[in-house]
Amino acid sequence: MNWSVMIAFVLVAGSAGLLLGFAILKRKSSPAFREIPAFTRLRKAIGRAVEDGSRLHVSLGRGNLTSPQGAAGLAGLSALRSLADLTSTSDRTPIATSGEPSLTVLSQDVMQASFQEATGGGHFDASGARLTGLTPFSYVSGALPILRDEHISANILLGSFGVEAGLLADAADRQNSFLLAASDNLPAQAVLYASAQEPLIGEELYAVSEYINHSPMHAASLSVQDILRWVLIISMLLGALLKLVGLL
Amino acid sequence: MKGIISTSIAILTGLIVLMGYFFQIPILADLRSLILDWAVTLAAIMVFIGVLNLLSVNNSRINKKDKGSVYSLVLIISLLVTLVLGLFLKPGHPVMNFIFYSIQLPVEKSLMALLAVTLLVASINLLRRQPNLFSVIFLGTTFLILLGTVPLPFGEFPFVGDVLRPFIAQVLAASGARGILIGVALATLTTGLRVLFGADRPYGGK
Repeated sequence: MNWSVMIAFVLVAGSAGLLLGFAILKRKSSPAFREIPAFTRLRKAIGRAVEDGSRLHVSLGRGNLTSPQGAAGLAGLSALRSLADLTSTSDRTPIATSGEPSLTVLSQDVMQASFQEATGGGHFDASGARLTGLTPFSYVSGALPILRDEHISANILLGSFGVEAGLLADAADRQNSFLLAASDNLPAQAVLYASAQEPLIGEELYAVSEYINHSPMHAASLSVQDILRWVLIISMLLGALLKLVGLL
Repeated sequence: MKGIISTSIAILTGLIVLMGYFFQIPILADLRSLILDWAVTLAAIMVFIGVLNLLSVNNSRINKKDKGSVYSLVLIISLLVTLVLGLFLKPGHPVMNFIFYSIQLPVEKSLMALLAVTLLVASINLLRRQPNLFSVIFLGTTFLILLGTVPLPFGEFPFVGDVLRPFIAQVLAASGARGILIGVALATLTTGLRVLFGADRPYGGK
């Protein structure tokens, strides 16, 4: 095992240990994370959608699960499950769109599981999960009519998007519907900052599940991220200091 | 029961792939490679299922005579024509190249151009939507970068083009981007671990 693999192993094993430890500790306590106004407004938008019988549109992006962008897709799927559970009392199930076939199949599975749990095994309309296109712009052009024609009151863009997400943000703005958007892609984050009503930056994408539907494991993962961030900050400062005094 | 089995399989395969990366044990490496091959094959099958989903959703829109169902009809016809031509002529044939370079590419490029206009309007509206210091910094930085990048009739803008723009792009923006990417990487790690422990199950069940 070479040095880089050994460091990676220590990082993964250490994080796994911390995650399990914190998850057990946080079972009884309610953690206090910083307030993110976008999530407060998202909860209000979900409440409004349930009350007025409109739908949520969850867009999961184009993150291939066999690529590093897959994690953004997994975070989106986790949030989709929480959102589907929260809107289970609504007349209309959410619509999930994606530009990656594996995400479409998984989103259908996740929504079906949530629906059947809420209805005790009722018939699930599989057309709620849709593949709208396989290229960035065909995906967006396939999703645009959904925003206009499907009685959507809130759009949640969570996943790996490119700059094309700006077109979805513009369409949501024109329809006067709520839009919360997050991507793991830096240019897309800049585009969404300028065009989305509620943009999320950086790792906030991966915190959506915890903020809308608290669970000990999600809370623990946020705490582990904070610890790792401090470890990195200290390592970087230490490295710079050692370099400065000529020891590195 | 179904949930327990699927979760157990997911955790076990995840652990094998992860351990196969860290420990160079021949049987583990072989298993890892086999599982990854299966994943790639399944991903290819998913494309086929995804296309069936696309056909099914658009077919249902046509049957229900939904608003804009004519576009669904155009989509289905285009998809089937391209599929049949692709199967008979194979990718790389001049006809397939014509479809891609003369239809698909120009349409996507025109959407990119539309995006440029959309972003311009969004930037103008940014201060109305989010009237705060960050929006002012965002717009100010955009303006300075544009000023330092655009070709001007009298050449490069003094100071902005040769000092300010490189400083913003290579020092301020690059360090900020690295910070964001480190945050994303840490969150990716914990998301992967949550899936590995079966806490997040993107395959149904709870």
